[in-house]
Amino acid sequence: MSRYEPLDDAADAVASRLPAPMGSLIDRERPLHFTFEGETYRGFAGDSIASALAAHGRLVLSRSFKYHRPRGALTLAGQDANTLVQLPDEPNVLADVRRLEDGLSVTGQNYSGSLDHDRDMRLGKFARFMPVGFYYRAFYKPRGAWKRWEPLIRRKAGLGRFDLDARGSYHDKAYLFTDVMVVGSGPAGLSAALTAAEGGARVLLVEQQPQLGGSLTYARFDIDGRRGERLRDELVSVVARHPSIRVMCDATCNGWFTDNYLPVIQGRRMFKVRAKECIVASGSFDQPAIFRNNDLPGVMLASAAQRLMRHYAVKPGRRAVVLTGNDDGYLAALDLHEQGIEVAALADMRPSPENPALAEALAAAGIPVRAEQTVYEALHDKSLHRVTGVELRRIVGTGDVADQGQRIDCDLLCMTAGYMPVYQLLCQAGGRLRYDDEAAEFSISGLPAHLHIAGSVNALHDLDRVSEDGVRAATEALRALGHDVPMPQRSAPAPRRVNHPWPIFPHPKGKAFVDFDEDLQIEDILNATRHGYRDVQLVKRFSTVGMGPSQGRHSALPTARLVARATDRSVSETGVTTARPPFTAETLGHLAGRGFDPFRLTPMHRRHEALGAHMMPAGHWRRPAYYPATDGSLARERCMQEEARQVREKVGMIDVSTLGGLEIRGPDAAEFINRLYTFGFLKQPVGRTRYAVMTSEQGVVIDDGVSCRLAEDHFYVTATTSGVTNVHRSMLQWNARWRLDVDIANVTSAFAAINLAGPLSRQVLETLCDDVDLSAEAFPYLELRTGHVAGIPARLLRVGFVGELGYEIHVPSRYGEALWDRLMEAGAAFGLRPFGVEAQRLLRLEKGHVIIGQDTDGMSHPEEIGLGWAVNRKKPFFVGRRAVDILAAQPQKRRLVGFRLPASSAKPREGQLVLEGETITGNVTSCEYSPTLGAVIGLAYAAPEKAAPGSQITLRVDGGQEITAEVVALPFFDPDNTRQEL
Amino acid sequence: MPFALLKYGLSSDYPAEQDLPPPKALAASYDVVIIGGGGHGLAIAYYLAKYHGITKVAVLEKAYLGGGNTARNTAVIRSNYLTSEGVRFYAESVKLFQNLSHEFDFNIMYSERGQLTLAHTDATVRAFRQRAEVNKHFGGRTEMIDRQQIAELVPTLNLDPGHLPVLEGLWHRDGATARHDAVAWGYAKEAAKRGVEIHQLTEVEDLIIEGGRLTGVKTNRGTVRCGCAVQAVAGHSSVLAAKAGFRLPIVSYPLQAMVTQPVKPFLDPLVSSSALHCYVQQTSRGEVVFGGGSDPYPLYATRSTLELKESLIASAVEMFPFLAKARLMRQWGGITDMTPDYSPIMGESPVENYYLDAGWGTWGFKATPICGQTMAELIAGGGKVPELIRPFHLARFANFQQVNEMGATAASH
Repeated sequence: MSRYEPLDDAADAVASRLPAPMGSLIDRERPLHFTFEGETYRGFAGDSIASALAAHGRLVLSRSFKYHRPRGALTLAGQDANTLVQLPDEPNVLADVRRLEDGLSVTGQNYSGSLDHDRDMRLGKFARFMPVGFYYRAFYKPRGAWKRWEPLIRRKAGLGRFDLDARGSYHDKAYLFTDVMVVGSGPAGLSAALTAAEGGARVLLVEQQPQLGGSLTYARFDIDGRRGERLRDELVSVVARHPSIRVMCDATCNGWFTDNYLPVIQGRRMFKVRAKECIVASGSFDQPAIFRNNDLPGVMLASAAQRLMRHYAVKPGRRAVVLTGNDDGYLAALDLHEQGIEVAALADMRPSPENPALAEALAAAGIPVRAEQTVYEALHDKSLHRVTGVELRRIVGTGDVADQGQRIDCDLLCMTAGYMPVYQLLCQAGGRLRYDDEAAEFSISGLPAHLHIAGSVNALHDLDRVSEDGVRAATEALRALGHDVPMPQRSAPAPRRVNHPWPIFPHPKGKAFVDFDEDLQIEDILNATRHGYRDVQLVKRFSTVGMGPSQGRHSALPTARLVARATDRSVSETGVTTARPPFTAETLGHLAGRGFDPFRLTPMHRRHEALGAHMMPAGHWRRPAYYPATDGSLARERCMQEEARQVREKVGMIDVSTLGGLEIRGPDAAEFINRLYTFGFLKQPVGRTRYAVMTSEQGVVIDDGVSCRLAEDHFYVTATTSGVTNVHRSMLQWNARWRLDVDIANVTSAFAAINLAGPLSRQVLETLCDDVDLSAEAFPYLELRTGHVAGIPARLLRVGFVGELGYEIHVPSRYGEALWDRLMEAGAAFGLRPFGVEAQRLLRLEKGHVIIGQDTDGMSHPEEIGLGWAVNRKKPFFVGRRAVDILAAQPQKRRLVGFRLPASSAKPREGQLVLEGETITGNVTSCEYSPTLGAVIGLAYAAPEKAAPGSQITLRVDGGQEITAEVVALPFFDPDNTRQEL
Repeated sequence: MPFALLKYGLSSDYPAEQDLPPPKALAASYDVVIIGGGGHGLAIAYYLAKYHGITKVAVLEKAYLGGGNTARNTAVIRSNYLTSEGVRFYAESVKLFQNLSHEFDFNIMYSERGQLTLAHTDATVRAFRQRAEVNKHFGGRTEMIDRQQIAELVPTLNLDPGHLPVLEGLWHRDGATARHDAVAWGYAKEAAKRGVEIHQLTEVEDLIIEGGRLTGVKTNRGTVRCGCAVQAVAGHSSVLAAKAGFRLPIVSYPLQAMVTQPVKPFLDPLVSSSALHCYVQQTSRGEVVFGGGSDPYPLYATRSTLELKESLIASAVEMFPFLAKARLMRQWGGITDMTPDYSPIMGESPVENYYLDAGWGTWGFKATPICGQTMAELIAGGGKVPELIRPFHLARFANFQQVNEMGATAASH
């Protein structure tokens, strides 16, 4: 029975399935083809990869992480790592939940050779040499050994493989708002949703499975076997049609974030739900028993076998043994029997079932019950491809069995040892797990307001109580929403024991797995505690238990029990490790969404594009770095120098719309500016501009700009492109304390601006401007006028970053393009050319102007960078005043200086070092060849004693070469500033 | 089959070396009390015992060993800082790291993968070049590399993410990673072996200060007298300092990280992008780890958020588009004690006999060995400050002698 040949035609595939009503998820009218490991299989629409393969008797889906043991589905519900398979462009796909598609090509992963014959399985033979944490004990001797071992170990580790050329498919996001969100649509969730909706709330019901009903869709609740279905039909028919309930199936609520902010993943979309109230009815995870070879394919949870039958009409095996720690195993045995699977035995780890009628029902079905017995070992043939039998033994103590047992042949072993609440969302919200020693079960308490719990996750396991609990939770939610509804009467709890307290049976030969993902056995957990890792968090970190893809869904409970016993503490004290988001592994595509990449364009952007400008990022903006040279070249140096020369000799213009713009209005406007910037602004005349430097409280220069006084109570202040957001924020922050009577607005994008510069700039402007007298006498340097340029309302500033006669023209954004065009037209006769950021940087460097952020760093204070003149020491206060004073009084550590090198010299790069012997005394911040000066010029921090013009400083340039540069006075060009003041 | 593993397979009894000692009672007094059983605290204890023969030492940990930021960081080891002071300090740390497995006889899985930081703007290129130059000056293996070299180094990287093409990269060959837990355990194991007591579940609730001198600590398990104490409680440094009666210039922000399911190796170096605020590395287990910038608000909670996950992962997918198909398995948060200059605060405090090992922001793990060694030297020397950590004294904030590493920490931790 170890080989299951793929069936050849669809008729066989149909024939191999169980008759309806089994197979609630499949559409038998729609057969599909797919391949697994190169062989073709058939399934139906609605099948999962794993169910379709199981219909062909194909159970082996994967190889385990460490020992490469063959593995098959454990839960059939996407809760284990055993079903991880590889798609061509996607690793680690859960075969038991991934819906089958026609033509899908699926392979196993993490093997060498083939999935069925994995050469790495020999690693299992060395298991005794690979104790828990073995990698801490070896591979580092002799020195450097790890360098050789690590690549080998890395290749063995990892599961699937990326297709490195694959690109994510389309994903997007949406927001949803609801009064009540219900997570899970089992009996508790359905009742809760219905109660909440009937009570007047808008309800969002989120179900991970393709159909509503949770356990009602696969589990059996009574001997007759009809109860679940009846209840489901009854509830679903109402819920699905209810106008106030929005149902989302195939949707996973994947995390709980503060204030019920709940991501729900459905299809290619991540909904971000904000729920006023949230009811978690997430159910509980069926738990495996721990015995030798409990990981063999064909050993699965009873609920997995039930899912295979009910959802997919697949016969999970031919001859089964059921191992149970509760009454649910009996019901599962009846399900198997009804579907024509021979149940060779039911081993009950307890002396008897709680409900005596179950024993009778099994007897009537001819199923032998072995009370107080367990599977001591699952048997297999050489391949380990499928369980071939079990050895049953009598339980004689906690985890202890008799010396002798009985072997029974089977190809299916269904187990259910108890339940673990699906606590993940609740614990992410701060819920605490408490272990009830009596019930041998964890329960959850300590939830925040507006978060409710209902059903089996709330440690209730009787169907009536579960439904009632849904009603109770919904009523609580309704009351929290302000609906006046009475709390329902609660029936006396009918305790059902569902958890066996110790379903853990060590075997001298091991291979009794606690954590299937990580191949961890009972001894591994115990040995971790023996090494001194006693806290469950340390056990996790040392052994990696619970760190695999299933994140401890099946290992948390036995680990807590084992560690508690080994360290002589209670299970409650031991606890489980922290549950962290997400609930199920989520693809990065879902999180990334559509990948917005916002950036800003100036109003003149299309003109730059049309001119073929080379663009560069500047903060969130894109700016022209330079335009093509006259010969069409886009070589940086050539373009930059040509543009610079044009500005120096004739006239150029640059788009400076990205400059920050801030409007400060109100009676206290001058006072406000005066406190924020280092200069004096109280007496700044209307119609004048003034350079403005901003320092932090640490005295560090953080921004600069120009303050323009448009009226007594109205300032327009510019800021650096990348600094304006912070400047605006800090203005608001400061005024939250100062409470000055001002309005502060960031108007950066409301204005477009062009700096027209060069000896001919006045002539160009004069052709376009008839309401402002542009003569040097009427509109001198540093003055400010408002008027019209080409009929466009404009603010004209006579400032000169590049050191030429020039005008900054600020106009409303919508006129930016028009202004550009009019200036280009008017300038044509004067040789006007646009210039980019690179030329501007060169021109300002020639003038020795610093760029904040380039020539300054997180420590630069005004004195250091030669801006002491921009600090008013007479005024009582500005932000950073105290620090600036202290720094100015201290001996300087460094000083920003200008340096000059012959044109033939190696050009230092910005960022390279200034040295004094072996000591670093500074660094180059700006450096460029200046065609105007015929020399390499730059700014650099240097030791203060080297600041005097004529000093020599040593620069270390490319290749470690050290060169000597001469410190020169700033500015390099036009030292008397005659040109800008024309 | 490494020899070290034979004994496990061949002996009949499992030879469980005791890495961490079992719980025991607190003594009435110790020479040195170390508050905080993370990597730093344990390292201080180890070096005190090893180099200074001081073994009447208790490490007091309020929860479990190495469970704070030692457990939460993303294990980046590097020395490509900006200032001379920083580079010297962290470079020493890297050197110590390289030998730890042998020192501990415990594999910390020190893995020299190299760290690549991407520059997308010319301003960043400038700043990175300065770091490279400073590093080289002190003997570090750091250089600027161009797009071609980057493509050869990390062929899977998208060099043109969004509108911010990669211009150049800062390639730090000394960049490495290690198993962070193992570092803490190794120190604990070797400190315990030398007689240091390690007390878990022992929370220091108050400090006993008499006449400006610290004389003991009050814990949930009783009062303990001590000759001196040191606080090594990253994430809560200012809280404890407040109990000692002084303020630290620290603001604590949450910092988050996340990890995918394991996949086969595709990435060797640690790669971070300055513009996308994202770093990516693949662990030896095959998981892909992502980290980014701190949350924008001060908080003492280690909760994780959806917003940060969304933005960080969007960046990661920009960098490595095929990761869109990867699956995120876990996200978590730690608390970073940020100082104004992004450098630590080490040395004496305003309280006599009370030492500070604080202000570790996002740079604590990589400093673990050197911090332990220098703090031990400081304590053993009765307050004589070792040269290497002199720049990091608390007084620098009052004296305007900050060691500014701001540009060298962002998003590459």
